Amino acid sequence: MTTATIDRPKAVEPQSIERAGPADEAAVATRQLVIISWSGELDRVWPMLILSSTAAASGLQARVFVTFWGLLPFVRDGVRITGENWMQRMLAGIQRPGIDHLKLSKMNFLGMGPWMMRRLSRQYGVASPRELLGAAQALGVEFVPCQMTMDLLGISREDLIDGMGEPAGAATAIGIMTEADASLFI
Amino acid sequence: MPVYEIAMLIDARGLTCPMPIVKAAQGMRSVQSGDIVEVLATDPGAVPDFEAWARTTGHTLLESSSDASTYRFVIRHK
Repeated sequence: MTTATIDRPKAVEPQSIERAGPADEAAVATRQLVIISWSGELDRVWPMLILSSTAAASGLQARVFVTFWGLLPFVRDGVRITGENWMQRMLAGIQRPGIDHLKLSKMNFLGMGPWMMRRLSRQYGVASPRELLGAAQALGVEFVPCQMTMDLLGISREDLIDGMGEPAGAATAIGIMTEADASLFI
Repeated sequence: MPVYEIAMLIDARGLTCPMPIVKAAQGMRSVQSGDIVEVLATDPGAVPDFEAWARTTGHTLLESSSDASTYRFVIRHK
């Protein structure tokens, strides 16, 4: 009898990521950017989305490993409370998930800061996190959710937006970072 | 100034970083190698950004000019 096979973290071998890649740049060794997105804060998620979408727009293979609070912006619309036990549900209650509900790391002022930031961004033609996330996915940026964070916060795959990569762990993050030409922790 | 046969015009006026580049990249996917794409933008940051983007992608920036507050970039798909 064989031992149990672990089939969960199979996804993120580099060669398995082929979807929506720029066809014209596929032949030569594509340069790679990896971002570890740890924070769910507006002023970090925003630059993470700008850099990852621009990397993909520049013909790089861009992957974002999404962990801890960084997972919350990727919870789909309409999912308000996640988790099974009271602690997970209470955490979700305190920090509302979803791309439209990000807080600032400073000057949040009970939501006044983000509100002003959104108004200013509209006024000055700056793309919102939601628009950038759409552009990033359309350009082929792969967002890989951290399985452990999903377990910890009680977030299921169904709670996450469509088009996310297979959930994976730290070894995958290390693997893709060491293969990448540039990696960032945001 | 030379006259180019433009295969696609991308209007990114009023948009800021990174959207002019994102729109240009999306446009590049629907044209052929050798085709010429023109991008209009109003974000001054687009000037250094299109130069950098051309270097990174290998597309050729044939022209980077400005007229009043509009920047014009002419790019040939590699």
